[in-house]
Amino acid sequence: MSENKQTVVALVENKPGVLNRVASLFRRRNYNVDSLTVGRTHKAHVSRMTIVIDVERNDVRQIVENLKKLVNVIDVKYLSNEPHISRDLALVKVRTENADAYNHVTEVCERYPARIVDMGHEVTIVEVTASSAVVETVIDQLRPIGIVEMVRTGVVAMGRGTRIQDTQYEPVNVRGDQSNGSNGVLI
Amino acid sequence: MLLSGSEIVMECLLREGVDVMFGYPGGAILPTYDAMTKYPQIHHVLVRHEQGASHMADGYARATGKVGVCIATSGPGATNLVTGLATAMMDSVPVVAITGQVPRPAIGTDAFQETDVTGVTLPVTKHNYLVSDIHELAYTIKEAFHVARSGRQGPVLIDIPKDIQNEKIDFVYPEYDVVLPGYQPNLVADAEDVAAACRLINEAERPLILAGHGILMSGATTQLRELAERGQIPVTLTLLGKGGLPEDHPLSLGMMGMHGTATSNNAIQNADLLIALGMRFDDRVTGNLKTYAPNAKKIHVDIDPSELNKNVKVDVGIAGDLRTVIDQLLPGVEAGAHQAWMGQIREWQEDCDERDILKTYNGEGMLAAQVINDLWHHTGGEALTVTDVGQHQMIEAQYYPHRRPSTMLTSGGLGTMGFGFPAAIGAKFGKPEEEVWAIVGDGGFQMTMCELATAVQERINVNIAIINNGFLGMVRQWQEMFYEERYHATPMVSPDFCKLAEAFGIPAMRVTNREQVAESVEFARSVDGPVLIEYVVQKEDIVYPMVPTGADLDKMIRRPKPGEVQTV
Repeated sequence: MSENKQTVVALVENKPGVLNRVASLFRRRNYNVDSLTVGRTHKAHVSRMTIVIDVERNDVRQIVENLKKLVNVIDVKYLSNEPHISRDLALVKVRTENADAYNHVTEVCERYPARIVDMGHEVTIVEVTASSAVVETVIDQLRPIGIVEMVRTGVVAMGRGTRIQDTQYEPVNVRGDQSNGSNGVLI
Repeated sequence: MLLSGSEIVMECLLREGVDVMFGYPGGAILPTYDAMTKYPQIHHVLVRHEQGASHMADGYARATGKVGVCIATSGPGATNLVTGLATAMMDSVPVVAITGQVPRPAIGTDAFQETDVTGVTLPVTKHNYLVSDIHELAYTIKEAFHVARSGRQGPVLIDIPKDIQNEKIDFVYPEYDVVLPGYQPNLVADAEDVAAACRLINEAERPLILAGHGILMSGATTQLRELAERGQIPVTLTLLGKGGLPEDHPLSLGMMGMHGTATSNNAIQNADLLIALGMRFDDRVTGNLKTYAPNAKKIHVDIDPSELNKNVKVDVGIAGDLRTVIDQLLPGVEAGAHQAWMGQIREWQEDCDERDILKTYNGEGMLAAQVINDLWHHTGGEALTVTDVGQHQMIEAQYYPHRRPSTMLTSGGLGTMGFGFPAAIGAKFGKPEEEVWAIVGDGGFQMTMCELATAVQERINVNIAIINNGFLGMVRQWQEMFYEERYHATPMVSPDFCKLAEAFGIPAMRVTNREQVAESVEFARSVDGPVLIEYVVQKEDIVYPMVPTGADLDKMIRRPKPGEVQTV
């Protein structure tokens, strides 16, 4: 990954419209997003976003502070600063009508963390899961054979070891019933 | 108790201490308007255009420090609020807007008067909500008020589908505190930063305080004064910071920036320390960032951490509420003198005095500066003024010095023409004991003058001073200075404002010479209800000094001294 790609991880409330708020922030502040992935966590009310941004290291603080200002954002961490694992996944469909092409694909799969997940008479789908840099390399290796279709998930990342990014936050029970409604008053 | 969604809205507003709301009814908000009849404690002001409602809520909030509330229907009602929300957003004003939405089953079907209001208002609100479950309604309203008035304050919108307004539930008010994970509105400065800031302040030879809206928002005027007096540090104010330090205070240098005092701008460029308190280094106050305050170390205190190092790189950045942070700083600040620095500042001030148009003008016709300075004189400098946007706004900032906080309300960040008059109505509702003057131009007034009918219906005692120069004056000034005098789309034909007022049943007076200004103030004071005074002023006046866009802050175009020739 180049010097100017910074990885930020945000824990957000799992509510409608939150992705829109984050995307809107990046657009109106004119930040250049390389990839943004979002998915659930082990807690139903918390989603996690991994955002790779094309900015100078010095400008990341501004972005982090602006993300924190969004009411639905629970916690933001600048991950490029610390040891972390990052993974990108690509599905690459290549033309493998002749044996040479097919052999080239199997060779790539032996050498890199890639595997064949679908095979037909004309085309083969290769899945590669690795850091973005390795994914780029695999794509470059497959390019000469003839890529006909490709998709990438964008980067997901996590701090190594005991660097745990989690939240103790539990959402308020708005129905105000037994579970925490005891301090509500009937009128 | 079984309550409808509409009644829950009203119950929640009561609990938030709302006593007035500004709005306009329509289909999707009708259930809530019907519920209002059961809650006479909350006065509803019927506006003539929803933009007026949002500015009134804004004016109310700026004048009182409380949350202003406006309400509108779905679709066009809601979109008409947008300018007012953007105005409040840019100036960090706590406003809650409530809008009706089409019933839930109709959302997304392009129903009559349907607009994606949370989508439209996303970038111009601090936060917004589309209520999707009546059980969330009360908590959402509580959270909305909390978000609007905490941390860096701002506008919040709540969009409520009509079927939720009609639905009934056994209502339980959420007495428990709002829980917002990750939302840290009240940060406290850490001791290390405080010590570093104090060290810079005590070492500085030419320090300068730049005080902004944050001083007023956090109620830190006493702390600011103590800091300035103890360190003998001169203070320059942003437009929205006016009233943060009494402008007749010996340490006050007046406003900074594009049309600020030359003294302030010279001081910024020559200072060795800037202490920026609750201001955000907007381009209108910095000029060219590359040459901005080149010799100064910088301390920046703001409640919003994302403001630190945004435009200007600082040596010490402290995120926190100003009242708390200045209290933290004070014990570490030594008594200062800075005699040489103050001597230099007095020299700049004397030069400004020599150029003052009030002392040098002997031409035909009244100048806006004369009118506004006379208004200051005849109101004892104690009026609550609300300006519109343009030349009169800058002249108000220069020639109506304010002593008290929140007595000069103006759209600074967004520069919203049409703001002044409706915001003045809102301010008067919040501060009925104040003498409220809307000081507006002939252009901006015509953008929202439909609210004259609102003022009459409410018998609200607002004095309207129209500074009429027959031009969109500030744009004309730019055309004169930077577009070789091509006055395109700036000469303006206006109605006879006095006859217009008469049609609304509003007493009015036209003032064409300076001798009448005192009389006009007397006249305005004699009228119980709205009154309109038209001041016909010199058509081609210019606001000096002026820092052209992007120029160095001290490269101001100055008003020539008597005998000097202007070179632009």
